[in-house]
Amino acid sequence: MPGDSPTGEIPMVDDTPAVELHSVTKRFGDVVAVDAIDLAIADGEFFAMLGPSGCGKTTTLRMIAGLEFPTEGSLRIYGDEVGTLPPNKRPVNTVFQSYALFPHMTVLENVAFGLKMQKVDKSEARRRAGELIELVQLGGLDGRKPDQLSGGQQQRVALARALVNRPKVLLLDEPLGALDLKLRQEMQGELKTLQRELGVSFVFVTHDQEEALTMSDRIAVMHEGRLLQVGSAEELYARPTTRFVADFIGQTNLLDATVADPKTAVLANGARTAVENTLPSGTKVGLSVRPESIRLGEVGDAPVDAAVALPGIITEATYLGHSMVYAVSVDWMRLEVRSPDVAPDQRHTPGSAVDVWWERGVDHLVPIDDSVADSSVYDELDAIDASGLAQAIDT
Amino acid sequence: MTVVESPPENAGVPPPDDHEPTGVAEATPEFEQANERAKRRRGFLLALPAYAYLVIFFAVPLVIVAVYSFATRNRFRQAELRDFNLDSYRALGDDLVRAIVQRSLVLAIITTLICLVVAYPFAYFIATRPKAMRNALLVLVMIPFWTNFLVRNYAWYVILGTDGIFSRITEFIGIGETRLLFTQAAVVIGLVYGFLPFMILPLYAAIERIDSRLLEASRDLYASGFQSFRHVLLPLSMPGVVAGTILVFVPSLGAYVTPEILGGATTTLLGSHIVNQFFGASNVPLGAALSTVLMIVMLFATVVYFRRSGRTL
Repeated sequence: MPGDSPTGEIPMVDDTPAVELHSVTKRFGDVVAVDAIDLAIADGEFFAMLGPSGCGKTTTLRMIAGLEFPTEGSLRIYGDEVGTLPPNKRPVNTVFQSYALFPHMTVLENVAFGLKMQKVDKSEARRRAGELIELVQLGGLDGRKPDQLSGGQQQRVALARALVNRPKVLLLDEPLGALDLKLRQEMQGELKTLQRELGVSFVFVTHDQEEALTMSDRIAVMHEGRLLQVGSAEELYARPTTRFVADFIGQTNLLDATVADPKTAVLANGARTAVENTLPSGTKVGLSVRPESIRLGEVGDAPVDAAVALPGIITEATYLGHSMVYAVSVDWMRLEVRSPDVAPDQRHTPGSAVDVWWERGVDHLVPIDDSVADSSVYDELDAIDASGLAQAIDT
Repeated sequence: MTVVESPPENAGVPPPDDHEPTGVAEATPEFEQANERAKRRRGFLLALPAYAYLVIFFAVPLVIVAVYSFATRNRFRQAELRDFNLDSYRALGDDLVRAIVQRSLVLAIITTLICLVVAYPFAYFIATRPKAMRNALLVLVMIPFWTNFLVRNYAWYVILGTDGIFSRITEFIGIGETRLLFTQAAVVIGLVYGFLPFMILPLYAAIERIDSRLLEASRDLYASGFQSFRHVLLPLSMPGVVAGTILVFVPSLGAYVTPEILGGATTTLLGSHIVNQFFGASNVPLGAALSTVLMIVMLFATVVYFRRSGRTL
């Protein structure tokens, strides 16, 4: 089913995408690691592949690097088919997870390795390696061995070692995973700056949705070998097209709903909400509402023009410093509500009765894609062009 | 088995001396020092049986051999521990001894090189298999040890003989019978066969420890398959290469059984020559001197080899 993969729109800089995958499939024995992926990564783009472990994102990256070959499909880098070319014949370089620095070489030898293999003139190689070492702020550490460096420094060596070859595409496999939080945030900023300065396409694999959201121009969400959705952080967050994406990108409340007509969906308790859609009436869907989109007030506070208003009871209240997170039990389910913190005497306490509501336009329909019983519905939804669905929900 | 398994552990750079709590002693309270002493004492007690065994059955006989190398022979050609002299050492300069040493060295070097070239790809192959298969292959490597060394050498005697399979095949395809038995080639074949596992195992241990992502990284950084081997795999597996070559070279140089059975009388090697001094020629001091020199040279060479490879690692 190559036609139904949501490739999204590519912000074109150059006509030729940096990396282009056409129904690329990778099987290991009986296991389908990557399932017919279509993807185009633009020149100069910071592109993230996001998903839980085992979703196929690393395998996809390794196929671009040439460390795995696709079982089926075509893989192009700047228009050239590279499907079965070995890694040393591709204009890409990789920053490996946990860096894979050569332990028997110094920082300088590590960084100059790629140039040496390409038989670049020795003094030229030295100069370029030195430049890169300066660029990643490791000046003066040329003679150290990797085990004499901190995690953050090793990370920089790995980066310099890849970038010194002036790759057309830089692949990064969870490059920040081994760093502690503070260093990670620092490196996120640096990577972003570096990418902008060099103008090289970065393809970045991560399981950390926050990392993907903060750094990338576009994000591809993968799950169980399939590409679920590609789009900017805003698109994925505001208009997830699948239940998985809605859940994975930030947190969300997913309410069971049924399509009534092209403008309305009905919740389990009979409440109606205006969401435009192109689905046949009776289709079971999920209604996604972000925790911070839900308002909370005393009983009777809900405005008349709210999209949906429900009575509920606070079951938990958690103080997070800048905000409060409430668990609210409504009739048939539990909702998570996040609201800015207020004075302690105005906070809601567990056990108190409240009204929850949200405004028009903040809720979105997502297909129920993880239910076997509803697989026919899923196929139907699947057949609808993803961007069409997104537009339908948007209005 | 311990003989096979342990050298790779020591083969690399000798571990830094961080066992001694230098500098810590002043900083820690007395009971911790006492604890440290107790720990060392316990370690010593545990090692005591092995120490005792090695001293009694290894060090003492070596000293006896060394002492006998300075002994004199009486007119019945028996060694007597008096009038200590250097006659036996002077006799080492003989043309005969020199020829034997040279021949032994050449054969040992050839054997070691063949073992290295054959074992390396195989060790790499094992190390890159899935875990279950790795263990199965290692068991296969060790299966020959389950049969007596002498028996295995006689097996080669049969195989290489004029009625053996090689000869039969060459006869069958019409190039006549092959005379392999009682040649130096036969000795090399036997030695390679006998010592190959001692090369494979340390190489395997060294290669298995190497992070496969390093090889991927090198390929990603434009190394061809050969460059990747030359610049990453080989240097990182040097501890295994060093251990393996020593484990093969040393016993090859002093080999006795294999040359005796497969080499026949025409290719006397060092091992046989030493044995002949002790029993046949009844020149115990000369045999002892040969053994002592061989051992010292070997020890010295090993230390130098370790040091040198240790530095380049």
